[in-house]
Amino acid sequence: MTRTLIALVSGLFFGAGLAYSGMSDPARVQAFLDLFGNWDPTLAFVMGGAIVPMAFAWMIKSRLSSPLAAPTFDLPGTAKLDRPLAIGAILFGMGWGIAGLCPGPALADLAIAPLAVLPFVAAMFAGMAAHRFIPVSTK
Amino acid sequence: MISAFPNAMPIEGFIGGLLIGLAAAIMLLGLGRIAGVSGLAARATGIADTGAPRNVAIAFVLGLPLGAFLIARVIGAVEVSFPALIWPLILGGLLVGYGTRLGSGCTSGHGVCGLSRLSPRSMVATAMFMASGFLTVGLLRAGGWL
Repeated sequence: MTRTLIALVSGLFFGAGLAYSGMSDPARVQAFLDLFGNWDPTLAFVMGGAIVPMAFAWMIKSRLSSPLAAPTFDLPGTAKLDRPLAIGAILFGMGWGIAGLCPGPALADLAIAPLAVLPFVAAMFAGMAAHRFIPVSTK
Repeated sequence: MISAFPNAMPIEGFIGGLLIGLAAAIMLLGLGRIAGVSGLAARATGIADTGAPRNVAIAFVLGLPLGAFLIARVIGAVEVSFPALIWPLILGGLLVGYGTRLGSGCTSGHGVCGLSRLSPRSMVATAMFMASGFLTVGLLRAGGWL
């Protein structure tokens, strides 16, 4: 119960931050990626703002033996550089540029422009399912 | 407002960014996990069968629109502008869904959480999806699509 509540609060702050920062607007995100158009640097300020609390959080984390409300830290590895990482990031960047949306803003937009974002969200989950159920070798 | 970029929202962007970082810090210090939206969304829907506990993933994913809804109530309206055609949304969605699973993360997991952790894996991923995004939009503009 406590853990579910903490996750909900985290999601709530995340969604609030996306909406407040303008990142729930696909046109604004696409304008950040549009270096030869009306470039909009807002996304860089959002990234800068987000990294500040997290830099402190990683420092605090290094002094904790376990998180406050779960038995252990369960974090992904940081070292492995492989082909799926690179190909996945490139494909993601293409979709991000084409639609102006990444997963967080897309889900937050379900509350702001549900009908407009629905095709993207449906296609995103279809893409995730395709990765899960259709094996493709990246070797 | 920056005079050279009349549409920019540096103040709102930075404050919104602080909220996003706070959200990720709550997830890290409270539950010991990365607040990566693509991974948690895949877990919440059952597309991924490993990762965060299901209830944690579902609660986080429901929190995203809830938080956006609350901000819209507080500030009146949140301005959004979508592509006029549906195909960029469909094609973009497919690429984002597939790519974030294959690359193990998106702007939140690799971008916010990974960069602040100085993870080489996330630095490479972020550099590549940024470069790919810039190139894609540049090509769209060169092709007259924007």
